[in-house]
Amino acid sequence: MQTRIALAPGADLPGFRAAVRGLVARGVKPREVLWETGASLFGAAPPQDGPAFSLPRAAAELIGLVICHRDPARHALLYEMIWRLRHGEPHLLEMRHDKLTHRLEMLAKAVRRDLHKMHAFVRFRRVEDAQGERFLAWFEPDHHILEATSGFFVNRFRSLVWSILTPEGTLHWDGTRLEIGPPGQRGDVPERDEVESGWLDYYQSIFNPARLNTAMMQKEMPRKYWRNLPEARLIPELVAQAPARVEEMIARAAAMSAKRDPQKAVAAMAAQTPTTLAALNRIITASPPFLAGSTRAVLGEGVMQPAIAFIGEQPGDEEDAQGRCFVGPAGQLLDAMLARAGIDRAECYITNAVKHFKFEQRGKNRLHQSPTTGEIKHYRWWLLKELELVRPRLVVALGASAALAVGGQPVCVTQARGPAQLGDWPAFVTTHPSYLLRLPDEQARRAAEAAFLQDLRAVRRLAQTHA
Amino acid sequence: MTASLDPALTAKLRILADAAKYDASCASSGAPKRAAGKGGLGSTTGAGICHSYTPDGRCVSLLKILLTNYCLFDCAYCINRRSSNVPRARFSVREVVDLTLAFYKRNYIEGLFLSSGIIRSPDYTMEQMMLVAKSLRQDHGFAGYIHLKAIPEANPWLIEQAGLWADRLSINLELPNETSLARLAPEKQAPAISAAMGQMQQRIVEAKAERRRFSPSGQSTQIIVGADATDDAAVLAKSAALYGDFKLRRIYYSAYSPHQAVSAALPAKPPPLQRENRLYQADWLLRYYGFTATEIAAGGEGGMLDLEIDPKLAWALKNRGQFPVDVNQAPREMLLRVPGLGARAVEKIIAARRFSRLRLADVARLSSGLKRMLPFLITEDHRPAQTDRLDLRQRLAVQPSLF
Repeated sequence: MQTRIALAPGADLPGFRAAVRGLVARGVKPREVLWETGASLFGAAPPQDGPAFSLPRAAAELIGLVICHRDPARHALLYEMIWRLRHGEPHLLEMRHDKLTHRLEMLAKAVRRDLHKMHAFVRFRRVEDAQGERFLAWFEPDHHILEATSGFFVNRFRSLVWSILTPEGTLHWDGTRLEIGPPGQRGDVPERDEVESGWLDYYQSIFNPARLNTAMMQKEMPRKYWRNLPEARLIPELVAQAPARVEEMIARAAAMSAKRDPQKAVAAMAAQTPTTLAALNRIITASPPFLAGSTRAVLGEGVMQPAIAFIGEQPGDEEDAQGRCFVGPAGQLLDAMLARAGIDRAECYITNAVKHFKFEQRGKNRLHQSPTTGEIKHYRWWLLKELELVRPRLVVALGASAALAVGGQPVCVTQARGPAQLGDWPAFVTTHPSYLLRLPDEQARRAAEAAFLQDLRAVRRLAQTHA
Repeated sequence: MTASLDPALTAKLRILADAAKYDASCASSGAPKRAAGKGGLGSTTGAGICHSYTPDGRCVSLLKILLTNYCLFDCAYCINRRSSNVPRARFSVREVVDLTLAFYKRNYIEGLFLSSGIIRSPDYTMEQMMLVAKSLRQDHGFAGYIHLKAIPEANPWLIEQAGLWADRLSINLELPNETSLARLAPEKQAPAISAAMGQMQQRIVEAKAERRRFSPSGQSTQIIVGADATDDAAVLAKSAALYGDFKLRRIYYSAYSPHQAVSAALPAKPPPLQRENRLYQADWLLRYYGFTATEIAAGGEGGMLDLEIDPKLAWALKNRGQFPVDVNQAPREMLLRVPGLGARAVEKIIAARRFSRLRLADVARLSSGLKRMLPFLITEDHRPAQTDRLDLRQRLAVQPSLF
């Protein structure tokens, strides 16, 4: 006794699912089912629903693809697969050598290729009229893939209004909603597009006639697609003209130019690297921040060729607002400590490893966030150039970020504290003054302050010996 | 835009596309999957899409153009070198941005591949290219693919900035050794190229670890083959080193062509295009099949790959002692060395043989290269008698169909 199942034409996944649930519930064997599609079916049972059951994920994916194939045997093959998966062969889909699995994979492959080619070969033409701007395309897929392909085009052209017309149906996207409409006609798409000639220009210019290989081209872009590809009408001419164009290329190669050699411009090229701090600062100021959100780049300041250059981590809230480094609470503390250590800030150079403020917005407050290693290294080239131009005798790295920026290697401040060689620079590693501000315990804070002061005094002595 | 493109613009497009076509790379793959946000345009699919094919069999995936083909460099192998006789043109940043968007909206392309001749200075040029990418991303919400050709002579911070906007950065090595580079590309310096590749590699790794965006699709390079005397063994050794040191995603091999208005410093004859094809096959063996550069080179003669047969078959013929291999038992590494058996087929075999002993007909359903593997493979119903035949090479040397 045969069970006849009637499905809608095309990729009727809901109908197929309902039918399979019913068949599984009643234990109908694959060979007892007759699958039919189309409107003119007599006596066929409408799909019957039954309870849902689970299938391996690979099977669900395969069903989604194979259901789009135009092969009328697709439903029978899929139901046979489902039956076998549920009757002692749970690993059927891993057995790619099995005849059924192999056949289903071949069908899925054909659908995947059809989807891929549709993604590739749809060509929109732009229309502008009273309704505004729209993009229209005509395409003829091999299989029932119109719906399956819609996600791709929506994701890609979300902000445009477009329609893709095919002999089986129409996708229409109005910028917010997708509609699937009745079949379209080639004539519904305009004959021209203002940019198409530019595309044809591009297509023929990017072709290299010295490497003619039409077999390879046709393997990937079979002739059946050509009638909907505007550029394809150029192919016969491009192929025919290729030998002559190669001759021409060779002739042109032989005719060498007598043009004057632009020696001055070539020499000037070498002078691209900024040679003054002002020039470097112009570059830094003009560059977008690697860290979004900050107001401006905060530049270093101080005297050239100083005894000491202090390197901090990054500007804070106050520095970002004022555009000057070390003017916030940590800067004020640093000033006070420098005074106690007998160092005149006006005779030093002071800057940050990172030139922009990185923060997390919490209500009205912008909370400081430490830059990552990668971010510090992004800014490192500027800092190194800056140091090269400022030429300090001693570089003081305030904290781990500064030490990493100067030396290029991660440094543990508690271990490396004291004189050090960071990259090319004689240096001194100590804590960042903001560390002192963050210590909640009064006693610990005083001890840390004393240690910091001791470091600054050592810095002063060291800078003198480097003199 | 008006009824059609400005003729002055299309004239530039023809010149600057023509000037870009000798760069072999075109892939739009490897980018993280992205979809257009609200009001945005563009997506990336991971695998990349070839939107068209030209009669040279090459894929058209990206709008591959130069910002300008004016160039102050004088690289002997390059059609755009300053002493060359080609017509010159220059796009503005705005023009490239508009063309990319106009082409993208019509589904002609996956995105932009922008390179440039060096004008004024490497820094200036790199900055102009960076501005194109930045404008596409920031001003137009463009989420399609962007590949920028980085200029290793530019200051490091400019390359850092470019990586923020591009999906892929690449630096062309062009010539596989320093001597050739010094002789044929006087303005280029091998150490600068390595330093820039190393710098990009570091940034890519750090950004990945910190979940930031920096050239997420990695870096690639191009090597010109046949413009100098470097043999295949040396090219492959160089490639292996580049894949190892800089974790390059792709290396493109471009057979040098004397049609490109080359200078007299170069050979008058091009290398056979088949050489380029064999190098690509060898490159695949390096990356996906566990071969070393030395092993692959040993399959050929005198440092050159065999032009008649593919490098895997060439290796197998010279190492017949290691065959035949039992499809039902051999480890993955050995199956990968069987001629005709691809990496994907090997994975299918390994999954399938857990459930049954594979016969020839089964293998035929798992791979399309059955004929070539027959002398090297044992199945449940097949044991090759001919592995030692002296004429095996002739029997297996199929006429190359690609060129």
